[in-house]
Amino acid sequence: MTQRNIVEAINNALDEEMQRDPRVMVIGLDVGKLGGVFRATSGLLDKHGPQRVVDTPLAEAGIVGASLGLAISGMVPVAEIQFLGFTAQAFHQIGPQLARFRMRSRGRYHCQVTIRAPFGGGISSPEFHSDAVEAQFVQSPGIKVVMPSNAYDAKGLLLEAIRDPDPVLYCEPDRLYRLGRMEVPDGDYTVPLGKADVVRQGDDITLVAWSAAVELCVRAADKLAEEGISATVVDLRTLVPFDVDTVVSAVAKTGRCLVVHEAPLSAGFGAEVVATLAKEAFYDLDAPIDRVTSYDVPYPAGPFEDWYLPSVERVVAAARSTASK
Amino acid sequence: MTVTVQPAITRHSILNPDGTLVKGAKARVSDQLLLEMLRWMLMSRIYDERATALQRQGKYGVFSPALGQEASVVGSAMALDPKRDWIVPQYRELMAIVRHGYPLERVAATGMGRISEASRIPDGVNVLPTQVALAAQLPHATGLAWGLKLQKKDSVVMTYVGDGGSSEGDFHEALNLAGVMQAPVVFFLQNNQWAISTPRRRQTATPSFALRAAGYGFPGVEVDGNDVLAVYQAATEAVQRARAGDGPTLIESLTYRMSFHNTTDNPSLYEDPKDRDEASRRDPIDRVIKHLTRRGLWSEERDRETRAGVRADIDAALERAATFPSAAPSDLFENVYAELPDRVRRQHAELLGEGTES
Repeated sequence: MTQRNIVEAINNALDEEMQRDPRVMVIGLDVGKLGGVFRATSGLLDKHGPQRVVDTPLAEAGIVGASLGLAISGMVPVAEIQFLGFTAQAFHQIGPQLARFRMRSRGRYHCQVTIRAPFGGGISSPEFHSDAVEAQFVQSPGIKVVMPSNAYDAKGLLLEAIRDPDPVLYCEPDRLYRLGRMEVPDGDYTVPLGKADVVRQGDDITLVAWSAAVELCVRAADKLAEEGISATVVDLRTLVPFDVDTVVSAVAKTGRCLVVHEAPLSAGFGAEVVATLAKEAFYDLDAPIDRVTSYDVPYPAGPFEDWYLPSVERVVAAARSTASK
Repeated sequence: MTVTVQPAITRHSILNPDGTLVKGAKARVSDQLLLEMLRWMLMSRIYDERATALQRQGKYGVFSPALGQEASVVGSAMALDPKRDWIVPQYRELMAIVRHGYPLERVAATGMGRISEASRIPDGVNVLPTQVALAAQLPHATGLAWGLKLQKKDSVVMTYVGDGGSSEGDFHEALNLAGVMQAPVVFFLQNNQWAISTPRRRQTATPSFALRAAGYGFPGVEVDGNDVLAVYQAATEAVQRARAGDGPTLIESLTYRMSFHNTTDNPSLYEDPKDRDEASRRDPIDRVIKHLTRRGLWSEERDRETRAGVRADIDAALERAATFPSAAPSDLFENVYAELPDRVRRQHAELLGEGTES
């Protein structure tokens, strides 16, 4: 029995996969001696050597573009972009290039590349460090978008991501990195991409979330239970692939749904969830579907965070309202 | 002859426009190799003519000729060993990738919109797809070269970019990383003086693109890009350096785009005809023919025969290309993922009339 938090689970997944597969390498800013700014790659340099754990120049587009080339050469790079907000400077290399290379080469090449990127609010990080821009990548077909919410999934999904023949953007909830430990077994196991997890079963309302918002929804569900409202919590785990069936069947049972995410409201992935449910679960719905998200303003400085991000209070209030309709 | 222009760069020039050798220079290639180079250059020029004509008839997509840049394209590619070396192209080097093993009929089929797995780069041919997002290919080349080095392969990557593309941020990130990793890559910058209508002087205030290499810690080389012998020599030296583990080289090939940017362009709106005339006096094909003629290795008859042979090869490739499968709706969903996610699979079924999307 090994208890690990999310950072430890990611570190363990990388370490084990590097032992198992000599093609796997870790590249990015400060991933070597420092072990990454969150220490997710701690100890990997000593264990696997400077050829496979490589500090790169400060150049996000270069890191992603070079990862594409490394993959074509036969390596399996796991690139760390220090914060998801910094992918803006690599966006062209991720969306138009990496995601499309299989199609652009008509299947001659594929890119077994994982991009790891911590993200999310609640830790008062500096400007551009907290942005939840995951939905931008959903609009780049060809890349998968993975959003673990707990340590067990973090390891299993990361191993699955590294082994996926197609590129994967793996977004890590930095607020939850060290929030607590859970059983994360040593050795090989995977969690499939595209299979949502029903974290909690309830009767009255379904809360749909991913990444750190799942933890928020679980806390909200506890509060709602005190009020006699029983909530199902669905953790999407991955946005691409999007497990429509699990969400639709959960909402069909409760008849009510609230989607919660850290990204701004408009055109967040929640909009996709709601639109899909509006079509697929229409006749099972007893109330309009609501969303609790961040607001349509730029990610603010630390002192504003608590007003900007979805909170337990906002989730409880919205769920109470939806459940009473 | 090699002249040191600046501490950081050397300039290569071997063949004068009149076909004589530059004073003190030697043509260090066999007659047979030079004749082979000329044939590839003619392939490039005649294919440009044919593809442009087909485009005007509505039988070929938007096309970017390499006219005027044949020495640059062919001299660089011929420095590579297709069995172990790689080309990461931009898009104005079609004969470089054909010479490297991407069959002309597949290139032509792609140009004609006959896009399917039949027209893809064959397995074992070390070429990446052409790139129209300028300079985005350069980090790929750096990563590929870095990975080949990590696997202790005896391979070199040559990648192409233009004077315009060199203004992109990816150019900087790729060259910088290549220098740090000592990656076995040759950055071949075709300075054809134009980025569509934007002249070279608008791209940079530097007197030489090759000078930029100093900022990345590796050699920069200028070469007369209309001189196939000089291009070949500069490229060969760069490839040898990379193969020996001595890292990247930036080659600036000084040439001139003697045609439009592509078939949608109209250079009469921005190009001074005198510049084109001046360039045509430095035509890369003419000077090889003059050189070979002086040496008794070329004649009008040989010229006729060679061009006829090249035309026959191109016509045969174009005929085969016309028989390639047309684009099919089911192919829209091919090669997006190794395995389509359920949601995308349902969309595929919807397109084919087999179900509804969700």
